[in-house]
Amino acid sequence: MLGLDLSFFDLEMLRKFVLQGFIFSVQLTVVATLGGIVFGTLLALMRLSGQKILMWPAMVYVNGMRSIPLVMVILWFYLLIPFLIGKPIGAEISAVITFIVFEAAYFSEIMRAGIQSIPRGQVFAGQALGMTYGQNMRLVVLPQAFRNMLPVLLTQTIILFQDTSLVYAIGAYDMLKGFTNAGKIYGRPEEAYLLAAVVYFVICFGLSWLVKRLQAKIAIVR
Amino acid sequence: MNLDWQIFLADDGGGRTYLEWMLEAWRWTLAVAGTSWVVAVSIGALMGTLRTLQSSPWLVRLATVWVELFRNIPLLVQIFLWYFVVPKIFPAFQQVPGFVLVVFALGFFTSARIAEQFRAGIQALPQGQRYAAMAMGFTTAQSYRYVILPMAFRIILPPLTSESMNLLKNSSVAFAVSIAELTMFAMQAQEETSRGIEIYIAVTALYALSAFAVNRVFALIEKKVQIPGFIAAGATGGGH
Repeated sequence: MLGLDLSFFDLEMLRKFVLQGFIFSVQLTVVATLGGIVFGTLLALMRLSGQKILMWPAMVYVNGMRSIPLVMVILWFYLLIPFLIGKPIGAEISAVITFIVFEAAYFSEIMRAGIQSIPRGQVFAGQALGMTYGQNMRLVVLPQAFRNMLPVLLTQTIILFQDTSLVYAIGAYDMLKGFTNAGKIYGRPEEAYLLAAVVYFVICFGLSWLVKRLQAKIAIVR
Repeated sequence: MNLDWQIFLADDGGGRTYLEWMLEAWRWTLAVAGTSWVVAVSIGALMGTLRTLQSSPWLVRLATVWVELFRNIPLLVQIFLWYFVVPKIFPAFQQVPGFVLVVFALGFFTSARIAEQFRAGIQALPQGQRYAAMAMGFTTAQSYRYVILPMAFRIILPPLTSESMNLLKNSSVAFAVSIAELTMFAMQAQEETSRGIEIYIAVTALYALSAFAVNRVFALIEKKVQIPGFIAAGATGGGH
């Protein structure tokens, strides 16, 4: 068909080449999402704290990260981490650290919007109950902000999953690399790229369809 | 940490300094991003418009397929598709230069996102605008051309600004097929000189500078095309 030969595509090929990369891509996505949300929330709280000494570093960090291409950040960390700790580091570990640090900036903007979407009355109500700032945030504001922003957070996670393919720049073994390697071994590089595209599409399209359904559900609850 | 900025005056072995090479690479980055931007906005506006034509379900479907297809495959994979797979299936593409293929990839990838913005912008317009155009006797094409699209364009300027900055940053992915842009320069020069930190600082600064310039240009456009009394400037900040 169209001068393509997909006969090498079978379970054996997937198991031998793609599975390991797929697992890494998923791990990277999950760890970077969780880490990114934790650090992103802290950054968002810093930016909304009203204390200049906290607001400024957070603002510089978030805007700085968001004005650099992810590929450059990946390259930066791969160069800097060994330089700082004095010994070489694997591409995979470097990628995990990079993605947490980078995504924190994006998640922080989402969490900031989420926190700002909570009516001030909620905060006042918390204060009236005698809650400390920490209690108020943990028990009143953040759970609601998180829930309001859940579809956006998940959409960002899908984008993050797509972005994991950029670890290509430092040669980490992700799903795309799995397909690329299989293509090389079987002498069918073009077909392997095509298959990779199909697999990414199925995963991302399926996930965004789920997010859409979730969004509709949440909308009804409210 | 000892930084040695003199590295930029050193010869790269090809009769030019690293500084000259870097500026050349910057021009490539801007060329890739600029050309892709034109592709992305034209197709994005078209597809976003098609998705709102309720009377032509097939056009809506076509545009939906376009958006979902180009939105759900990673950019890097799309670049590989254009660069390796398309020329294999359609031999005519073998003559097309790599620059053009990357522009297709980046332009179409971004067009899907911009189409969504246009669709949202068009749908955000009050129905009265559409009715007013109809009352003036405009055809569908005319009401889009003279009423709906000019308004939608103004509404989506803020998200279009950040998508354009994203486009500029995403042009860095072109390194993967050896387009001689900034990221490619950074990787090669880092390897050749082992002064990676200086090189990366300079390249990062150029990216940040370019992104900032895009931001300012859009702020200017936003101010220039603003319709008095209609869409208030700075009203996008949220709040209650």
